[in-house]
Amino acid sequence: MEKIGSAGNKGKAIRSDCFVTIELTDKDGIIIELNSKVKSLFGKSIIELCKDEIKYFGIKNAKVQIEDSGALPFVIAARIEAAIKKCVNTGKNYLQEMIPENAYHTEKDRYRRSRLYLPGNTPKLMINGGLHSADGIILDLEDSVAPDKKFEARFLVRNALRQNNFYGAERMVRINQVPQGLDDLEYIVPHNVNLILIPKCESADQIQQVELKITELSKKYDVEHPVYLMPIIESALGTIKAYEIATASENVVALAIGLEDYTADLGCQRTNEGRETFFARSMLVNAAKAAKIQAIDSVFSDVSDMDALKKFVLESKSQGFDGMGCIHPRQIKVILENYLPTDAEIAKAKKIVNAFIQAEEKGLGVVAVGSKMIDPPVVKRAQRTIKVAVEEGKLTKNWRDDYVC
Amino acid sequence: MSVKLVKNSIGRMVPTEINGKKSVPFQGVGKYHPDYRKFAPKVATCADFPDDGNKLVDDLKTALIKAGLKDGMTISTHHHFRNGDLVANQIFKIASDLGIKDLVWYPSASFPCHEPILEYLENGTINHIEGSMNGVLGRFVSEGNMKGTGVLRSHGGRYQAVQDGDVQIDIAVLAAPIADPFGNANGVKGPSACGLLGFALADSQYADKVIIVTDHLIDFPCIPWQIHGNYVDYVVKVDKVGIPEKIISGTTRITKSPDRLLMAEMTAKLCQEAGLIKDGFSFQAGAGGTSLAIADFFAKIMRKENIKAKFARGGSNKYLVQMLEDGLVEYILDGQTFDLDGVRSMRDNPNHVDTSPFTSYNYHGKGNFASFIDIVILGATEVDVNFNANVNTHSDGYLLHGIGGWQNCLFGRNVILPIPLFRDRIPVIRDEVTTVTGPGELIDIIVTERGIAINPLRKDLLEKLKDSNLPIKTIEELKEEAEKICGKPVLPEFGDDIVAVIKWVDGTIIDSVRKVIK
Repeated sequence: MEKIGSAGNKGKAIRSDCFVTIELTDKDGIIIELNSKVKSLFGKSIIELCKDEIKYFGIKNAKVQIEDSGALPFVIAARIEAAIKKCVNTGKNYLQEMIPENAYHTEKDRYRRSRLYLPGNTPKLMINGGLHSADGIILDLEDSVAPDKKFEARFLVRNALRQNNFYGAERMVRINQVPQGLDDLEYIVPHNVNLILIPKCESADQIQQVELKITELSKKYDVEHPVYLMPIIESALGTIKAYEIATASENVVALAIGLEDYTADLGCQRTNEGRETFFARSMLVNAAKAAKIQAIDSVFSDVSDMDALKKFVLESKSQGFDGMGCIHPRQIKVILENYLPTDAEIAKAKKIVNAFIQAEEKGLGVVAVGSKMIDPPVVKRAQRTIKVAVEEGKLTKNWRDDYVC
Repeated sequence: MSVKLVKNSIGRMVPTEINGKKSVPFQGVGKYHPDYRKFAPKVATCADFPDDGNKLVDDLKTALIKAGLKDGMTISTHHHFRNGDLVANQIFKIASDLGIKDLVWYPSASFPCHEPILEYLENGTINHIEGSMNGVLGRFVSEGNMKGTGVLRSHGGRYQAVQDGDVQIDIAVLAAPIADPFGNANGVKGPSACGLLGFALADSQYADKVIIVTDHLIDFPCIPWQIHGNYVDYVVKVDKVGIPEKIISGTTRITKSPDRLLMAEMTAKLCQEAGLIKDGFSFQAGAGGTSLAIADFFAKIMRKENIKAKFARGGSNKYLVQMLEDGLVEYILDGQTFDLDGVRSMRDNPNHVDTSPFTSYNYHGKGNFASFIDIVILGATEVDVNFNANVNTHSDGYLLHGIGGWQNCLFGRNVILPIPLFRDRIPVIRDEVTTVTGPGELIDIIVTERGIAINPLRKDLLEKLKDSNLPIKTIEELKEEAEKICGKPVLPEFGDDIVAVIKWVDGTIIDSVRKVIK
């Protein structure tokens, strides 16, 4: 192993991060040099944290340099640990408290209309990531992290799962492509991750490998809640195998599609009209619905064009998708709003739900609106529409009080 | 400096004497009633001025010498050229070359372009600054290097200090984008147009000697005469008074930061739910990205609900001008223009009115319109659990910003501070602010990205918003949330020396700024 390890980011444009360098030495004990824009207010506590961590890993002599740009404690701890582990072989982990706000689990069929990608090695984007009302946040270890930063990103993502409040958003992590991604699991499964995204998925076997590793880790770390899976289909082969992937594990709750890689695989350009991806998207929706799970659309990459995004969402909804990814918080509102049921859909759902309740009250086994019989799945879908409409403020909770057929 | 300190009405220790002059500690909002008469400048006579009205002299140096520049004088400038000002530095270079010592610089604000002033503080040309001290100047002062004690005032307080004779300006050097040889001047025309010259009004009225410096001299009459030549002693023509692209920032844009947009949206929603956005209402919005976003959210609500505002208080910019031109706002009452659309509108639209600190902010007058603005949006470095706020110092104690119109706008009907709960790692909601710029009783609502706190004194607002879905919390809850995320900061170390004082709008001392121990 090297005698010097470093981790983190520094420079003028860097905020809420730090850069830590540790050099193992033979004598003179621990020497810490701290440069920080918040030194007069937090210098002491940063040095205490550093000393504690160094002691925890049993280091006796080292020169430590911390260049801090206002990093929060969970970030500093992650950077120090990553730097240490580049020069010390240890099975120990320096774990900070799991904040009670992050102790929640999620339901298999919860809404996944919008989920916000947060690059796994950029703390400043994580800190407020949960504030924008996305159904989920994705701490990304894959494409948004440079290859030489993958190692340190794992510690940051782990610490964020334990310490950074995401305000009720489903806490997802996108691991690296299997098999490399299997090594990421150790850093996230024991830390109450709700859902794992498996990128570039092409076979049921990949899901089973992930599932096996999760089971193993869950036993080792006493994880009792399920860890849900969302495979991402990003290739021609993956598209063909979509149903096999969707049904590979009962923990698969949704299938997502990644169109940038998919169009590259086909050898064509991605267009706004999306003719070239129509088959893949239909296939994915069909496979997901056949497996009774959610179908999640690709991200929309032009973050400044809200009108085009709106068109994309409406198109996506009409094709049967339940949600999509976001790469910028400003997309969330447009996505949430446009996946919402329309006024006409709500009006129709009101009719059906009302008829259903009346039928129940009368002890009738059959629901009818006018002369038309309504099947149970239609009732279920209408109930869901009403639930969303109420939750999103498009309908009052007691809408039936003044409901006139 | 060893002066007697007393505790003022909000418990801050303040000196009873500043730079050898007696001073009055803050007594509470509206508690101080002066019984003296206003300051009066010397009577001038037309006999001493040319009949043809030509007051041109060769250059600034000649003008300063003719004006009697000597040791210990107070020299004033205005900041309408913002970071593009080319005049203030020249004054002190000339003074330094002449071997003049111990001047007092009385700017209406200082900017990064005034960094060269450091040299004249160091070589004794300037004794101290009474005005904002930021950047390198702030560092110099905070570390205890300035000879005299700095005095910070609001825009209204600056007018009040001159009017009351607390500051007696010996020479006012007033840069103007356009002027005639008699000294009439304005800010709406000429290559360096900056909109208006309102901050220079007190200086022109009360200074012993007034010098107009312009790069665009025209024949009499220079209309509109925002500055009246009847106050002016000398006129100087120079090649350039300012750098236009730095006078007008040109970059005032609605924020793109999702976190700030969130605060802006919450602020607008809160105003709507509290019933503050209604026909005939008025609002003040600054030029910061968050303020602009709030004004933009207001505009959306107003369009949707068919509501028109009576007036908006500027800092004007293209967004506010658009609202005026779209008929959403009937008048802009403007203190400074931030972009060329603001300048154009002020020049061409009679409903875009130039104001001065006298009409908008002076507390020692018979009222001012700041107190009848319905919604006031301001920033702050820190707010404490008593709603006291700090805009002057960073949490590490260094001087950071001037007061501007901030204190004056606190008299608005609903004062809202949209601020992040923490910046980098530094909590913004604190047990106690580092420096009190404004007392909590005048601050009504704090909007952060993680929750909103309403001053318990505003029972009416609490009542109106009791069923709101907005995340309304107590200020203590917000403080605890910030400390939970950031940790509790230790207090910075201060020396005994007072390096500057913060004046309240009535001229009393609300707080002192102490020397920072590095």
